[in-house]
Amino acid sequence: MTDALPIDTGDTAWLLMSSALVLAMIVPGLALFYGGLVRSKNVLGTIMQTVVILCMMTLTWILWGYTLAFGPDHGGIIGGLEWVALNGVGLAPSPDYASTVPHQVFMFFQLMFAAITVALITGSFAERMKFKALILFALLWSTFIYSPLAHWVWGGGWLGKLGALDFAGGAVVHVSSGMAALVCALVLGVRKGYGVEPMPPHNLPMTLLGTGLLWFGWFGFNAGSALGANEIAGVAFLATHTAAAAGGVSWMMAEWMYRGQPTVLGVASGIIAGLATITPGAGYVGPVSALLIGLIAGALCYAAVVWKVRLGYDDSLDVVGIHGVGGIIGLLATGVLASIGAKGLLFGNPGQFGIQLLLVLTTALFALVGTYLILKVVDLMVGLRVSPQDEELGLDLSQHSERAYS
Amino acid sequence: MKLLSAVIKPFKLDEVKDALIELGIQGMTVTEVKGFGRQKGHKETYRGTEYQIEFVPKIKIEIAVPDNLLQSVIETVVRTAKTGSIGDGKIFVSDLQSVIRIRTGETNESAI
Repeated sequence: MTDALPIDTGDTAWLLMSSALVLAMIVPGLALFYGGLVRSKNVLGTIMQTVVILCMMTLTWILWGYTLAFGPDHGGIIGGLEWVALNGVGLAPSPDYASTVPHQVFMFFQLMFAAITVALITGSFAERMKFKALILFALLWSTFIYSPLAHWVWGGGWLGKLGALDFAGGAVVHVSSGMAALVCALVLGVRKGYGVEPMPPHNLPMTLLGTGLLWFGWFGFNAGSALGANEIAGVAFLATHTAAAAGGVSWMMAEWMYRGQPTVLGVASGIIAGLATITPGAGYVGPVSALLIGLIAGALCYAAVVWKVRLGYDDSLDVVGIHGVGGIIGLLATGVLASIGAKGLLFGNPGQFGIQLLLVLTTALFALVGTYLILKVVDLMVGLRVSPQDEELGLDLSQHSERAYS
Repeated sequence: MKLLSAVIKPFKLDEVKDALIELGIQGMTVTEVKGFGRQKGHKETYRGTEYQIEFVPKIKIEIAVPDNLLQSVIETVVRTAKTGSIGDGKIFVSDLQSVIRIRTGETNESAI
């Protein structure tokens, strides 16, 4: 290329801002959301997992994660190693991604997605994973699951070429972390005393604070995925907020009808379910479709977490029920309701639904099998669970020699 | 002398304390405790899970009482701590062998 593409300052400003918004989703948003849901003896251990994942994923994304996901395509399967340590990822826009902003800014925005996806999984094995095991798991999972998936869908890989629609990460972020969470919950097993002793959240106002920060940051996550300060960012912004609100109302009503009382945690969970579910379609649907998607998300994700209790696996903070189920519903709904910039089944393009189904199945299968193998490797290397004594004592003291409240 | 331990509903503490002070009681010890009687706790719901929380938060008041005041203290606590609904608590009365005021070395009723 002889002429560098011109940089649009508005687009660049919005993508920088959006990256910072997604950071707020991770720390402190997700950290507090999860931290409030565990027992007080595990709150620091839980927050620590998310914070350290953010730090570690920053290093690995710069060193090799970005090039595997977005580097020059090899057979639609994986990015090449040409951009290791951001070699060649400069300030000029890339012709392939966000062609109006500096390439490094696009890379940085994607870094936040890589970090939050791994952090989401930690909810499934909360209160019982060894810290050493967590670090190894995060390194392996982001390298062998996240980067390839991001490549398939967004980095010029085969699913993107097929026309699969995933605006901000319904498959890459939510289905992948949700399915990984299912495997983690099954392989690690239930917490000591699960189903016998009460394990109520220790601080729901903390969880609510996290919910608000996640909601706020999600504007960067979804509207930022327009990769510019443009109409599509506006579409995604409105859809994101509408689905969040609809999800909160829908979960509350479902719970009210089923259990007889609405709960604060129910509304918060519904908001997150709405946000996760609108993610893949945020830039492709209008406000009424977004409202519908949010309503479906709240009720179905509530049904999923009730069903989990009957099945007996301990996905402690409901990553499967909210992100896995929400992501699947959102991807399929996008195949039906997409009307802006792409067409879904209801808008004269029935084939899109099939492609979305393929996207869901491929992502789920890849994440399920890959996560299982990674867990087996980590188990062989350092063991996955803390000892029963350490679990009884809590992660804060046993893993970090600290207490949140004295 | 008697030692009176009253387990009551937490929000009743101020009412009970004020009435006891009015009666001439000079001091008491208050502890936040958990327990259950016939009330048997309550249900809590978090997403799909329901927990039966058996140990309910209560306040325990301990008062050393001279024999002549015992009956009126009991009546006062019963009157002020009562709501009429299940979970109002209990009063336990036991013999108190001796009391010593650390500052002065006074003993028994003059130390209460």
